[in-house]
Amino acid sequence: MPDSQAIVMEHEAHNPALLHHFADAQQQKNAASLGMWLFLVTEIMFFGGMFCAYLVYRLAHFNAFAAASQQLSIGMGAFNTAVLIVSSITVVLAVKAAEAGKRKVLVGYLIITVLLGMTFLVVKGFEYREKFEKHHVPGSTFKFTDTFDDNGKQIPVNPKEAELFFSLYFAMTGMHALHMIIGCGLFGVLTVFAWKGHYSPGYFTPIENAGLYWHLVDIIWIYLFPLLYLISRHS
Amino acid sequence: MASTVIPANQTLAPTPKLNYLNNGHTLKSWLLTTDHKRIALLYLISVTVFFFLGGFFAMLIRLELLTPQGDLMQADTYNKVFTMHGMIMVFFFLIPVVPAVLGNFLVPLMIGAKDLAFPRINLLSWYLYITAGTLFLHCMLTGGVDTGWTFYTPYSTVGSNTNVIEAGLAVFIAGFSSIFTGLNFIVTIHRMRAPGLTWDRLPLFIWANYATSLIMILGTPVIAITVVLVAVERLFHLGIFDPRLGGDPLLFQHLFWFYSHPAVYIMILPSMGVISELIACFARKRIFGYKFVALSSLAIAVFGFLVWAHHMFVAGISLYAAMIFSFLSFSVGVPSAVKVFNWTATLYKSSISYATPMLYAFGFIGLFTIGGLTGLMLATIGIDVHVTDTYFVVAHFHYVMVGGVLMGYLGGLHFWWPKISGRMYPESWAKLSALLVFVGFNLTFFPQFILGYVGMPRRYWQYPPEFQVLNVLSTAGSSVLAVGYLLPMIYLLWSLKYGPIAEANPWGAAGLEWQTTSPPPTFNFDETPVVTWEAYNYDEIPAPKQLEAPGAR
Repeated sequence: MPDSQAIVMEHEAHNPALLHHFADAQQQKNAASLGMWLFLVTEIMFFGGMFCAYLVYRLAHFNAFAAASQQLSIGMGAFNTAVLIVSSITVVLAVKAAEAGKRKVLVGYLIITVLLGMTFLVVKGFEYREKFEKHHVPGSTFKFTDTFDDNGKQIPVNPKEAELFFSLYFAMTGMHALHMIIGCGLFGVLTVFAWKGHYSPGYFTPIENAGLYWHLVDIIWIYLFPLLYLISRHS
Repeated sequence: MASTVIPANQTLAPTPKLNYLNNGHTLKSWLLTTDHKRIALLYLISVTVFFFLGGFFAMLIRLELLTPQGDLMQADTYNKVFTMHGMIMVFFFLIPVVPAVLGNFLVPLMIGAKDLAFPRINLLSWYLYITAGTLFLHCMLTGGVDTGWTFYTPYSTVGSNTNVIEAGLAVFIAGFSSIFTGLNFIVTIHRMRAPGLTWDRLPLFIWANYATSLIMILGTPVIAITVVLVAVERLFHLGIFDPRLGGDPLLFQHLFWFYSHPAVYIMILPSMGVISELIACFARKRIFGYKFVALSSLAIAVFGFLVWAHHMFVAGISLYAAMIFSFLSFSVGVPSAVKVFNWTATLYKSSISYATPMLYAFGFIGLFTIGGLTGLMLATIGIDVHVTDTYFVVAHFHYVMVGGVLMGYLGGLHFWWPKISGRMYPESWAKLSALLVFVGFNLTFFPQFILGYVGMPRRYWQYPPEFQVLNVLSTAGSSVLAVGYLLPMIYLLWSLKYGPIAEANPWGAAGLEWQTTSPPPTFNFDETPVVTWEAYNYDEIPAPKQLEAPGAR
């Protein structure tokens, strides 16, 4: 392949990050970000299955879902929402720093993002512990004795239906937490690469794409929070 | 930027050149390759293994049904055997077969690219496929699954004592393999086309794979989360689909078919793309109504997502919902018919040659039409209620899946074999096997229409004696079919060493893939081609000798 080899060499001379099968850096960047957006579409469809199940059962068992929802810690949930929103801002600032070629600023924002992500996970861990203590984890030890408060009138709910709420709660927040863990790992790796100076104003696609992923995971939480924590919280 | 003009084929130097096959001979150079053509071959080998494994289970089913009694196996074993057959064929053969083998090989070549946009993700997708396949084999060897390929709840969550979780995990992983293939194709088709190759100049195979990829990335995540929920429910005794715990098994069916109906189009669309290429080449004519055929692929992808509940007419959905889904199911017939009519119109007053790929294309048109029309019968609620869970349904989807997908795949494999291997296959053996496949197929599955219509239910290991004659015919047909499938494997392997050396463009076909050498170099084209012509410009390409005198080889 002497011809192609020559092409490869020529390209490498221009930009070390440019892969041989792309014509130029712009094409490579466009391909990578289109790929990332498509991946996000698959993520939306993936979570979509659970949102669909949530919708069906919330309509079918509203009283139980509302009563079970009241058992969640709104304080911790709200705190975590704030943490994630701030982390989305730091991600944007990281991308901006990468674009401007400010390596140390970039590393700084990446580290803050990872730390915020971990804060979220720790708080989530405390929430899960609370569920274990209150026997709100689905399974043989599940107990639920609360009632649905319908304008002061206490209506008993079927504990099986409340258990269904907690099944969905754990499935959805668990899957979200898994995505957060992956995101923290991803940003950890990016931090190391950024520290080593892999990124330049001409090439920071991984930062941008990881940022898109992080935003999506945040947005999923922005939906999860009201759907799970705020059912019937209006007064 | 020199433009490569339409082939004077012989000007391109023949084989001794370095190509993708002889560029590295070590095992490592294959297992760590990022070359889309080598990955296509890895897929070719692995899907062939799974095809024959699935075929083995099919033969066990047919042998058991040779007699009315359950003499070869008992009910439990039979349940596992048909489940294995279904799962292997659907998840490990039909879904990957055309996109991951032919698509992987051809998409970059057809659009004049050096590779897919994400070569490493492409390799990853093969490894995911192999991981899933290995997991499934392990699951099979340690007891198997008996839920049917559909994993219906509550049986799969609280009833079955078999390895449902492991099988579900295998399907989950295989799903990601298919998502990555789809994602790669979409990005490649959007971003990597050669200069001048506009959307309305794309080969129809590319359009078909594009539509398929859309379904892959939109549908597959849903089955992934669905099998996760089934697995979690089994593991932790949650009640998401369990009616005793407030859940709803119908929700499972909705989620399952939301993917699994469009999955049918994941299987058939790429084969339809193959058929468009074959018809145009062997009729030596631009495809009739190019734009309609191209857009019908997208239309099938879109409508395909709106019809899933026709699998659930007897499952307890409301009559109102059933009517709407029935109507929408009919609407899929429109784009499908657009394809069939346009292929037929292409043939009208064209110069047809009967090479093996074309025989498969004819087989496809006929069998897919029968499969599609019986699909319309099944979309009619009245008939569906009558024949639900009978052999009529089995015959219907085998006409589409085997008569359609497999015919397209084999036709395509023969058509592009010279490009893939650099060798010609033996034409008369190939014609014989095409004939065997067609005859064997009809003998196997046509009796099943009758069986189903007169009331033989599917998924039973024994049946009343009055059904025996038709079952014997079906089993006899399946043996013919098996020979028809084994033959190509033998002579294609033979041709790798002994077949005549193929020219760059033995069929005189249009399309960029024929403008590079056979087999192509690692980066496909020595110079990036510049496209200045419409697809299928057959009036500008002279027909090669072997097509003028059919069957010359």
